[in-house]
Amino acid sequence: MRRLLVRRRRWAIVGAVLLLVAIGVPVAMTSGSSGAVSTRSQFVAGTPEAGAPVGLDTTVYFPASTPAPAIVLAHGFGGSKTDLDSEARLLAAHGYVVLAYTARGFGGSGGLIHLDAPSYEIADASALISYLATLPQVVKDAAGDPRVGVAGSSYGGGLALLTAAYDHRVDVVAADITWNDLSQALFPNSAGGELGVFKKLWAGGLFASAAGQQGGACGRFAADLCAAYQEAAQTGLPDAAMLSLLRASSPASVLDKITAPTLLSQGEQDSLFPLGQADANARGIAAHGTPLKEIWRAGGHDGGTSATDLVSSLEGWFDPALLHRGSADISFDVTVPGVGISSESGQPVSQSLSAAGAMTSRRTEQRSLTGDPQTVYAPAGGNPAAVTSVPGLGGILGAAAALTGSTGLGAIPGQVARFTSAPLRAGLLVAGSSSVTVQVTAHGSTDATLFASLHDVAPDGTDTLPEGLVAPIRLTGLTPGVPRDVTVTLPGVVTGVAAGHRLVVDVSTTDIAYQLPASPRSYTIALAGGASMGEVAVATVDGRLATTGLPWTWLIVGGVATAGVGLGGMVVALRRRRRWVVDSELADVPVAVEGLVKEYGDGYRAVDGVTFRVERGQIVGLLGPNGAGKTTTLRVLMGLIRPTSGTVRVFGERIEAGATVLSRIGAFIEGPGLLPHLSGWDNLRLYWAATGRPPEDALFETALEIAGLGPSIERKVKTYSHGMRQRLAIAQAMLGLPELLVLDEPTNGLDPLQIAEMREVLHRYAQTGRTVLISSHLLAEVEQTCSHVVVMHKGRLVAAGSIADIAATGSTQLAVDDPDRAQQVLAAAGVESRAMPAPRSLEDVFIEMVGGDQ
Amino acid sequence: MTEPETSAFNGMLRPPPTRRGAHDLLMDLNDVSHHTFRPRRTLRVGVEFVRQMRRRRTQIAALVLLVLPLIIALAFQVSPPTGSAGARLGGASGASGAGLVSLATLGATNFAFFTEFVSAGFLLVVIVALFCGDTVASEASWSSLRYLLAIPVPRSRLLRQKLIVALSLSVGANILLPAWSFLVGGVFFGWAPGQSPLGGTFTLAQALERLAVVIGYASVQSLLVAALAFLLSVLTDAPLGAVGGATLLVVVSNIFDSITALDPYRQFLPTHFQYSWLDALGPSISWNAMMQGTGLALVYSAVFFAMAWSRFQRKDILS
Repeated sequence: MRRLLVRRRRWAIVGAVLLLVAIGVPVAMTSGSSGAVSTRSQFVAGTPEAGAPVGLDTTVYFPASTPAPAIVLAHGFGGSKTDLDSEARLLAAHGYVVLAYTARGFGGSGGLIHLDAPSYEIADASALISYLATLPQVVKDAAGDPRVGVAGSSYGGGLALLTAAYDHRVDVVAADITWNDLSQALFPNSAGGELGVFKKLWAGGLFASAAGQQGGACGRFAADLCAAYQEAAQTGLPDAAMLSLLRASSPASVLDKITAPTLLSQGEQDSLFPLGQADANARGIAAHGTPLKEIWRAGGHDGGTSATDLVSSLEGWFDPALLHRGSADISFDVTVPGVGISSESGQPVSQSLSAAGAMTSRRTEQRSLTGDPQTVYAPAGGNPAAVTSVPGLGGILGAAAALTGSTGLGAIPGQVARFTSAPLRAGLLVAGSSSVTVQVTAHGSTDATLFASLHDVAPDGTDTLPEGLVAPIRLTGLTPGVPRDVTVTLPGVVTGVAAGHRLVVDVSTTDIAYQLPASPRSYTIALAGGASMGEVAVATVDGRLATTGLPWTWLIVGGVATAGVGLGGMVVALRRRRRWVVDSELADVPVAVEGLVKEYGDGYRAVDGVTFRVERGQIVGLLGPNGAGKTTTLRVLMGLIRPTSGTVRVFGERIEAGATVLSRIGAFIEGPGLLPHLSGWDNLRLYWAATGRPPEDALFETALEIAGLGPSIERKVKTYSHGMRQRLAIAQAMLGLPELLVLDEPTNGLDPLQIAEMREVLHRYAQTGRTVLISSHLLAEVEQTCSHVVVMHKGRLVAAGSIADIAATGSTQLAVDDPDRAQQVLAAAGVESRAMPAPRSLEDVFIEMVGGDQ
Repeated sequence: MTEPETSAFNGMLRPPPTRRGAHDLLMDLNDVSHHTFRPRRTLRVGVEFVRQMRRRRTQIAALVLLVLPLIIALAFQVSPPTGSAGARLGGASGASGAGLVSLATLGATNFAFFTEFVSAGFLLVVIVALFCGDTVASEASWSSLRYLLAIPVPRSRLLRQKLIVALSLSVGANILLPAWSFLVGGVFFGWAPGQSPLGGTFTLAQALERLAVVIGYASVQSLLVAALAFLLSVLTDAPLGAVGGATLLVVVSNIFDSITALDPYRQFLPTHFQYSWLDALGPSISWNAMMQGTGLALVYSAVFFAMAWSRFQRKDILS
């Protein structure tokens, strides 16, 4: 009966099912999990625009379990609510009702852009909070007062702060990369004072991103805003209307009204709203006792923003206030850019510095600067201008220049005054805005536009401008030729300066991102008081460097796995060693095969219940047609194959892989196994060395005589003929003259002389009490050589016994001691008779036994 | 010459002794004497070393490793490197890679780093796969495996001794290449302090320390390839199958690693942390990726070795 599922196919099916499960489960898990969050989109009425109703395009994300507290998410400039989708889903999955909406003047919402004006965008936000109060899924603190937090980045961050100031229903605020005073952000002046240098590239880019979406020069900008901007862009100076609009849209004037706990995060790669904006916000908010946390993170307007990082810091801040889960951590977190690039992600490796409070952990360190007064020139038309930071790209161009070794882009010769410090004795962490006092003398003009920056210069001359940030200075009311001392606040950066590096303060006359005067200028820049030595107060932060934990778990798991495998191996080895079984009765029987069965994986039974014995001093021939199972039996005997059932005992000890009794067997099975790159002699020598027995026991001379190769023994085996290899392999089997010799087709390839020689060797072998087991097809040879025979056919034993016994079975013969007289008697009886020799050979018997089935 | 005897067996006269005279030796044959056999003395490491070192492929691999830095140095002498080459070598490691190429001729240290960088991805993988994938499978293909097992060398011990020799040769190759290219770089380009592609220089002591970290980590990563090749060597009878299979799987793993869409699962690919030794070239060594890579390599190696051992213990040797 054929079995349908044999073992191999069964394993294949099991393996395939396991593979499908291993692939299918992760796929199912990753694809279906977002179904827990449901959404609803609709338009909510906002503040009417010139009498016409305005609809705000909103989407509300509901978590799995309601009622839940709510979060209002606002997007950045030029975006829409679709930018907030991934954040909103993550927050909703965490357990909040999230309202993401498109601000007026963008996307699908109506109205015009008023740049977060209190009477428009902020009023819209209040309307949305009232809308949330109407939803049954939102937890309420009081009638009409939902438990709500507001969060946003950049434009949305400004909205968040202003909404918190104007609407006290807001319970918690998170503002990311946003401004303190828009007039200060767009017209910065690092020397203090009012009107600064117009950040023209950024402003123009932002204006175009909103205006260009719809036809007309102003696009969807409100008319007054548009007119004020265009006036400022032409002259580079804001007029009164512009200033009042910008100030109204800035949190700077209403910081004292913010009572909700505030999270301020600012980007370190941000030339639009640098770190100083967050500091200004923080000072104003914290001064009124409001809980505040400040984070300086990697990225910003010039770098990327990771939604998951944002959401995790949001959750950390909102959970205590809205979900009443956990406690708020008000430490000051600074991301220190690393000095390496991770080979795995290609991103810079950064570390996190945690300080006590936003304001309390700052201090400055003084470093001395040297430099003579230098005269610098501003070119006519502001061209060529130094390229330090480009909106959206940050300092990439400058960094590229540093790699190629030239500073041609970042600092144009003749435009820069440099003041250098001595090489630092120890590494220094610059975190925050450093300050320096310089003296400026204008020649031929009453105002000055300059750009100060802090550089890190390596011993080999490599100049790094951290994040590509510069601090614009605008001085007015100068008298030509009269020096004026100015204290400049250098750009807020976070960078580690290594020991041996120098700090360099550059004062330049141009920068491509800012509005430059059209007339050519010249200035003399010197350190404070016109001296050649001065000081820079380097801002730094004291905190704990949180080494993001080294991934010890990986290493430990690896170590455990290795140790586990090692231990497992030792345990298995120990268990195996205890199991050598010796049957003392059979200690003198060279081979005792008992019920041997070997079935291969595809159901083929090579050996099917074979039982025989080989006694000491016998030369046994193992006979059978091809496929009878002779070689399989021999391989089981040598411990190469595991029998399906049954045992083979050699000298009483059961044969398994590695059984020590195998050292008393010399084997030649299915052909020679010699290393072709070594000589014959090396093969023998190394084989014996591999046994670990002393060389005297090997009896090399006897083996070499048996091999009979002569001087060819020194040649490489790959040059040997088949017969030479055969003889050498038989000699290798006889090394050490083992007690049991097992030979499979030993006469294959030998000439008649060698065959006769072999026969004699085997006879002599048997006379010393050693045993020989030969498997052969040459019946004549077996008849001459062997004393006993075991015949196999189709895996079964057909006959076993001495040749004399086996060959004698069959019909009887009558033996008469006097054949002549017997013939006469028969002739007298009238029977014809002839005397013939009786040809009863082993070959006949063999064919009679097995030939019938074929 | 002894006189002809009658063999009691079949009544024929004993044939005359042949020229070889084996009979004479066998006439003095003692009866069987008992010998002590200790499995722990079989196939000692020294014996296995002699068996493997004489092979042509060992000598050719050594030759390639010795000649390669010389050829690279000569090539750089003929045409100095520009910064643009090398950027295409390997996704995220491209930034450091481009830096390494342009700095290669600065001195011995940089030359050693560069040579290690270009050969770690493929050449050393192939050589390690060659040494470890060839051990058991070539014995099977020469048919000598069954004779070794019949000595008997216990199966577990056979694997262990072969693995020791193969790993020694692999570690030797891993050490030889950077050390030799350090010397070649010194002779050709001088002994200037090493310069990191991320800025900063190394003194000689620091350079040697970094080089040692690089060699150590690269060896651990090649342990993974060795374990894979060893497993394939146990599973198949064709040495080419084992070596080629290991190389193929490394290449496939690299292909999957370059697909960033697989991201949270990419870090479990065996070759994901292959180039993490580049983290040792910055001003300070960043250990994160190297620890992850070591842990991953140890886990994979342990699994592969366990599979190889358990398979070999149960296997029917048909070769």
